[in-house]
Amino acid sequence: MEKKKATSDLEKVIEIKGLYKSFGNYHVLKGVDLDLYNRENLVVLGKSGTGKSVLIKIVVGLLTPDSGEVKVLNQIVDQITYKQLLALRLKVGFSFQNSALYDSMTVRENLKFPLVRNQRKLTKGEVNSAVEEMLDAVGLLSTINQMPSELSGGQRKRIGIARTLILRPEIMLYDEPTAGLDPITCLEINSLINEVQERFNTSSIIITHDLTCAKAVGNRVAMLLDGKFERQGTFDEVFNTNDERVKPFYDYNFIQ
Amino acid sequence: MDTKAEDLTIQKEIKGPGRLFRIFITLYDVFQFIGRFFKEGFLPPYEGKELMKQCYDIGYRSLALISLTGFITGVVFTKQSRPSLAEFGATSWLPSLVGIALLRTLAPLLTSLIAAGKVGSSIGAELGSMRVTEQIDAMEVSATNPFKFLVTTRVLAATITIPILTFYTALVGMLGSLLNVSMGEGTSAKLFFQSSLESITFLDITASTVKAIIFGFTIGMVGCYQGYNSSKGTEGVGKAANASVVIGMFLIFIEEVISVQFFGLFRT
Repeated sequence: MEKKKATSDLEKVIEIKGLYKSFGNYHVLKGVDLDLYNRENLVVLGKSGTGKSVLIKIVVGLLTPDSGEVKVLNQIVDQITYKQLLALRLKVGFSFQNSALYDSMTVRENLKFPLVRNQRKLTKGEVNSAVEEMLDAVGLLSTINQMPSELSGGQRKRIGIARTLILRPEIMLYDEPTAGLDPITCLEINSLINEVQERFNTSSIIITHDLTCAKAVGNRVAMLLDGKFERQGTFDEVFNTNDERVKPFYDYNFIQ
Repeated sequence: MDTKAEDLTIQKEIKGPGRLFRIFITLYDVFQFIGRFFKEGFLPPYEGKELMKQCYDIGYRSLALISLTGFITGVVFTKQSRPSLAEFGATSWLPSLVGIALLRTLAPLLTSLIAAGKVGSSIGAELGSMRVTEQIDAMEVSATNPFKFLVTTRVLAATITIPILTFYTALVGMLGSLLNVSMGEGTSAKLFFQSSLESITFLDITASTVKAIIFGFTIGMVGCYQGYNSSKGTEGVGKAANASVVIGMFLIFIEEVISVQFFGLFRT
């Protein structure tokens, strides 16, 4: 089922202008322009290796752009101090493709880790109840004392999202949230992404090449083609085309 | 010259200065890493709990291996030294000889080499795998300081525990030697320790402590640098673990030579 059109109020939370990024002679992003509006789920589609993950890593300052401007919550990411960047990162959650759970810590410790280091005034009881509340929100309270190695792929994704949400970010960046999961778990993750948007009022960029996910969670879709966003709009607007670079994507997901 | 050969020549020409440039870049990177350790290590907030955990992992979990090595070294060193001393009728010097040899060189060197193998490789592999599975990136994007949590604590723990392990190795080595001496010469434990401790000076203890601190710092720093900066997936993790041991041991030997020369100045 296609998601409703944007619920956004046209306030931009992320503005990307003329972004270029290369790795050696390999030019990944070639003048990317993209806006994310408040309370919007924006899906970024594209083939593997087209720079989708690079784009959101630049947004959180994990990578620096060669040129161009990335403005997140009215702050230009590569022009702010490290202290300002840390403050900004509290407002931007990043869910990694492989979940990136700390494998030497239990699920409880994974969630406690960012919380106790960023909100040092919280009591032990407050930290524990915040952890339990967040695990409950993703439906995995029962795994609280388990190690990441004991969890399934879908559970790891959910815990990764819970760990990100515990800091109550305004923006969520999801890197391939449904990669490597079975279709049923994909549906569960899709509805979790929608729940997060509604419950925590987040604006999100969802990186994926799963069109079912794109259709289910995206208010708007942007397609990265040859290092640029050449097609943006609703799901139907993007895929109602004869563009040979776009059509195979749709055909593979829905016809094959 | 065919095209292929021509290409190779050009590559060689570029590689020469490129390699030298890379060495300087790496050196700059290493100094920056060390500088960051001192900056992060002394500034709050402190990761006390993690530091204790690392001290336990590096120190306590190495005890069995260190005990075995120290004890065997004591026994073997005494056994091998006896014939030479017996030629001059000086077997009564065995406790002093073993005490000095263990404290001045054998204990710090053996402990550090074992730690470089066991602890250095484990730090390199652990941080390397955290880097390639994006766990370090996950810490960064959640506005926490992975350097303070992962690097500072491990380097400090190695710097604190290696000197303690060194004196423990010396003690266990002397027990091994005592066993051999009491079986061979029938020397009592009291007499053995009295004569070995009499020959040990304050300078020996200071030199040994300073050396062990430097060796511990080196092991921690090399392991952390290699692991924290590893790349290229699982291959990179293996390389980080391997380089932590090889570079760590190499630096320990170089530091040993320099420290022997340096402390030798105070002995004459």
